[in-house]
Amino acid sequence: MSLPTPTFRHSLAIQLRVIGALIMREIITRYGRHNIGFLWLFFEPMLFTLGVTTLWAMIKATHGTDLPITAFAVTGYSSLLLWRNCSNRSVKAIEVNLSLLYHRHVKVFDLFAARLILEIAGATSSCVVLTFVFSFAGWMKFPADILTAVIGWILLAWFALGLGLIVGAASERSEVIDRVWHIFTYLMFPLSGAAFMVDWFPKSIQNFLLWVPMVHGTEMIRHGYFGSAVRTYESPFYLITVDSIMLLLGLALVREAGRRVEPE
Amino acid sequence: MIVLSNINKSYDTRQGQRMILEGVNLRVERGERLGILGRNGAGKSTLIRLISGIELPTSGRIYRGMSISWPLAFGGAFQGSLTGLDNIRFICRVYGAPIEPTIRFVEEFSELGIYLREPVKKYSSGMRARLAFGISMAIEFDCFLIDEVIAVGDNRFQKKSRIELFEKRRDRAMIIVSHNADFVRDHCEHAAVLVNGKLHGFNQIEDAYHFYQSSEA
Repeated sequence: MSLPTPTFRHSLAIQLRVIGALIMREIITRYGRHNIGFLWLFFEPMLFTLGVTTLWAMIKATHGTDLPITAFAVTGYSSLLLWRNCSNRSVKAIEVNLSLLYHRHVKVFDLFAARLILEIAGATSSCVVLTFVFSFAGWMKFPADILTAVIGWILLAWFALGLGLIVGAASERSEVIDRVWHIFTYLMFPLSGAAFMVDWFPKSIQNFLLWVPMVHGTEMIRHGYFGSAVRTYESPFYLITVDSIMLLLGLALVREAGRRVEPE
Repeated sequence: MIVLSNINKSYDTRQGQRMILEGVNLRVERGERLGILGRNGAGKSTLIRLISGIELPTSGRIYRGMSISWPLAFGGAFQGSLTGLDNIRFICRVYGAPIEPTIRFVEEFSELGIYLREPVKKYSSGMRARLAFGISMAIEFDCFLIDEVIAVGDNRFQKKSRIELFEKRRDRAMIIVSHNADFVRDHCEHAAVLVNGKLHGFNQIEDAYHFYQSSEA
């Protein structure tokens, strides 16, 4: 007996509808309808970045180089928030949303997709708004090479997406991931390139640092912001390779998790 | 048309794999009303969850050629921290139903009044069931899945629910799982009996009834 299979377009329409519904729901549960509501989505990372920028400006975190501290902090901390918020929000995302899987169209992947899209949108708008505000206020120069900065940001967001899926699916499997992950992200902060330029280090340490995928994203974004004023060491090819592998792995793990979860 | 072919479902338990459904075949046409009888633990709820797509079978194929509701039961389907209204909006968006008319319908049907603006976790179980039933009646499906007898609210509300489901939606397909043979006899055209994970189909509802009674021991 042969039965018709649903078309790709029809399935895609349903999936987009579901992710849209989940995003709306996420905004309401997280930010409510009080005071500025969903504007917290980018206000929160913005305040974070603002605080860190002030702090770094005061302690002169550029270590005696003549790098403009505001742009250094905005690029560094925004990049950090991008991947860190994504992975933090995916931890245990299935467990708290289990009752939503009661509706057939809602899949485990959609739960992650909604959260990750929101986090990426929040971090991106925060970075864009701060760049504009600081540029007009004269605290930093407008990015020298927008395109390079944007591509760097996209590649880093892609990394955040893959990482979010992997960590989210893994946290569903084991309690240990939930506990260890926050420690891990904390330890990754100094290594992620948010607070340094690769150029500041001797060659031997550089080789080691360039294994860390986030470093390439941050370097590339700074390449775009500072232009030829700095020397950066990013390899877009390396980052794309890591991104692709992680996304594939993440999708596979999420699919596997979807086959295993049993809704209430 | 809904077709289940060769469905197996097992769960991992601490005592190892436990087979819940074994080689289940089923076919439901548009407008057909099928009752599935079974004792507690026979696998009724699992079967209805597989048909609805909440869970995936261990092996076998399920074809859904019409729109199918989520299992109408007491719990499920809601997020406690959201208000009744936000839950309605969410479900409308998921199923692509218009929001405003649905809210109006549920407001009137569920008789929840101002409580629709409160988080669902504050509801009593009766209020929750009324909301659940109201929403599932507001969204149109070709086939309704009904888990156990729907006894929602007081007598008056039960009567209203029965009219809404069994009379106004007479033309829809329904799959009703229950341990109550009389309920199935009242509302279904065909019946099947689930015993130890195997589904026995019957053309005559009376045959199913007798088989069910004799399988009691």
